[in-house]
Amino acid sequence: MKKTLTAIALAMAAATPAMAELVVPNLSYRTGPYAPGGIPYADGFNDYFTLLNERDGGIGGEKVANPECETAYNTEKGVECYEATKGSGALVYNPLSTGITYQLIPKVTADGIPLYTPGYGRTSAANGKVFSNVFNYPANYWDGASVAITHLLSENGGDLSGKKIALVYHNSAYGKEPIRTLQELSKKHGFELVEIPVDHPGQEQKSQWLQIRRDKPDYVLMWGWGVMNAVAIQEAANIRYPMENFIGVWWSGSENDVLPVGDGANGYKSLAMHGTGMDYPVYADLKQYVYDAGKASGAGDQVGSVLYSRGMYAALVISEAIRKAQELAGTSAVNAAQVRDGFEALEITQDRMTELGLPNFGQAFASSCEDHGGPGNAMIQQWDAAAKKWNLITDFIAPDDEVLTPLVMEDSAAYAAENNIAERCN
Amino acid sequence: MFYREAGDFKTSYADDSQTFPIRFDRLRYYAVIAVAFGIVPFVINDYWANAVFVPFLIYAIAALGLNILTGYCGQVSLGTGGFMAVGAYACYKLMTAFPEVSILIHVLLAGGVTAVVGVLFGLPSLRIKGFYLAVATLAAQFFLVWLFNKVPWFYNYSASGQISAPERTILGQAVTGANTTASAKYLFCLIILFALAWLARNLTRGTVGRKWMAIRDMDIAAEIIGVNPLTTKLSAFAISSFYIGVAGALFFAVYLGAAEVGEAFGIQKSFLILFMIIIGGLGSIFGSFAGAAFMVLLPVLLKNVLVGQLGWATDLAAHVELMIVGALIVIFLIAEPHGMAQLWRLAKEKLRLWPFPH
Repeated sequence: MKKTLTAIALAMAAATPAMAELVVPNLSYRTGPYAPGGIPYADGFNDYFTLLNERDGGIGGEKVANPECETAYNTEKGVECYEATKGSGALVYNPLSTGITYQLIPKVTADGIPLYTPGYGRTSAANGKVFSNVFNYPANYWDGASVAITHLLSENGGDLSGKKIALVYHNSAYGKEPIRTLQELSKKHGFELVEIPVDHPGQEQKSQWLQIRRDKPDYVLMWGWGVMNAVAIQEAANIRYPMENFIGVWWSGSENDVLPVGDGANGYKSLAMHGTGMDYPVYADLKQYVYDAGKASGAGDQVGSVLYSRGMYAALVISEAIRKAQELAGTSAVNAAQVRDGFEALEITQDRMTELGLPNFGQAFASSCEDHGGPGNAMIQQWDAAAKKWNLITDFIAPDDEVLTPLVMEDSAAYAAENNIAERCN
Repeated sequence: MFYREAGDFKTSYADDSQTFPIRFDRLRYYAVIAVAFGIVPFVINDYWANAVFVPFLIYAIAALGLNILTGYCGQVSLGTGGFMAVGAYACYKLMTAFPEVSILIHVLLAGGVTAVVGVLFGLPSLRIKGFYLAVATLAAQFFLVWLFNKVPWFYNYSASGQISAPERTILGQAVTGANTTASAKYLFCLIILFALAWLARNLTRGTVGRKWMAIRDMDIAAEIIGVNPLTTKLSAFAISSFYIGVAGALFFAVYLGAAEVGEAFGIQKSFLILFMIIIGGLGSIFGSFAGAAFMVLLPVLLKNVLVGQLGWATDLAAHVELMIVGALIVIFLIAEPHGMAQLWRLAKEKLRLWPFPH
């Protein structure tokens, strides 16, 4: 008994991974109903850092380590992963879960570690005056909601009055995020908003799509994730909902969501905050240093997919922030506080993206003390089922900041009041 | 040899009816208490607190609560997650509405609110039994989760429907919020668990507990000998819900810090706590602790061994972990259907005779 107890104690104490120079933990999920989204993202994230290590010897000469921790998109496991990895000198967290982000915002702020949540997390964290350690550029949910409506406006000659738009959303913090923005936008543009929640994990949506069939909304927006996406697109195909009127957020627009539906998914649209596919010079390096060297993360079958690209994009921004931090601090062995400063001073231009081998992949943005949210532009992509390919059908569309800025200020002010946070950057 | 009644003379009624009649047991109990209060708070770090001790303590409270209802009073409940949500949301509303009142009082009040809700959902137990009652409590689970999702007042109209615990202090020490030290979290939960476990132990061996057990064993016979099923069943629901509400409040405020009802208090939580008491042992205080420890510690341990020590891929480890935990539960229940508490009881019986069994 004593022996087992000692063994248990030893095993638990040894939970912290080996020390490396730059630790960027990957809180991933490769199991459970959200794995279809979690796997490609984690692979892209890991592969980009592997590329930096293999090709450039890390960032600024320091190798990067990505200890991976499985969260299964579960907040309790997310907390455990955070605590398990933070002791190893973690520089930044990117949990790919809005629920876990909400948990981590106060924790990272207390521990002085930056939290990078591109395209997810708490939207009002874009206000750097309140959220010192959270960064969600280049775009967030409210930007996405606004871009989708702007796209619909342009399709309807600038007038949506009298139209009915349904929002099918994951009934969680993630799915509820866009509601407030859409309500404001519906007031502004005079369309009717129908909110249709889908409970975790979203495998059963018959009643929701029955309601859509009955209400006949002109457009359906979707905030879905994991298996919920494929099920919703399948159900939409089943009721013969016109796919070109069905727009998903960028988390509902990957190959894994449309492929299972086959031809029925043809014409489905989704938002995109970056390019996709393998027509970028960086893939030549990735092939040489990572895939052909047998160092690809996971099964290596997700390369070039939408979410793989997004994981890679997140890794790219993090590595650039670390580079900026090294430049600011004058040392290559930066700590979490210096990386936070790096995030705040980060500017990514199109020239820099081209240098990194991803020309026109993402939008240019610059961060500042006040603005942690970036410009928030997004494109619309459409699925071509015959070619099994996403085609970008618009250029970057700007969100309606006139509506969004007051909402961000209001929500962040409420958080600041609840938690007694004084505004920075004054 | 050491574990025996012989030579341990009881000279008063109080001595005679104490919880641990055997000296060795008593000393062991004092030793555990001394370590838990005197040593652990000084050596605990963030990882141990947040990944191991705090969830264990909170789940132990919830398991105690469910054990009172299911193990002692025989009323099967699948609404535990929903009742924990009531505790969490009550605590959140109280914390934000009355920031100047101590968090300890809020946690206890949250338990009280849950007790009222529990009694409400316990009313059908007067008419229906067994599986039918399980289904009625299942309805409570789904209704409560739906309610907290639907009505924005419960989450103070926040954009995402998340509730997050602001910082609250006791004696100048933060016990909720991000600046809480590991030992403060641990001690706060430990003190509440200690008080509630002590209360549960003494309730279950007194009149109240005996009435519960009479109802559990055969309700008609109990009614004939003068046990009132109305007050007995409803008191079990009230006290059980109080415990579960306190556990829910701590789970949200101290452990998670932010929660969303469907994810943190969904049906899987109800099952998890039911598994805890089944594996630990129905109708046993020790069983509640053992079950909570088993279900909380084993996954963390397996994860650390498989990923941390053996260096497996995280997805493979997560799948294998599910299989191992599942297999262990099945093996356990085949080997000892009455749970870990029964193993413990048998071990004690054997110890009593050791080293000279007849």
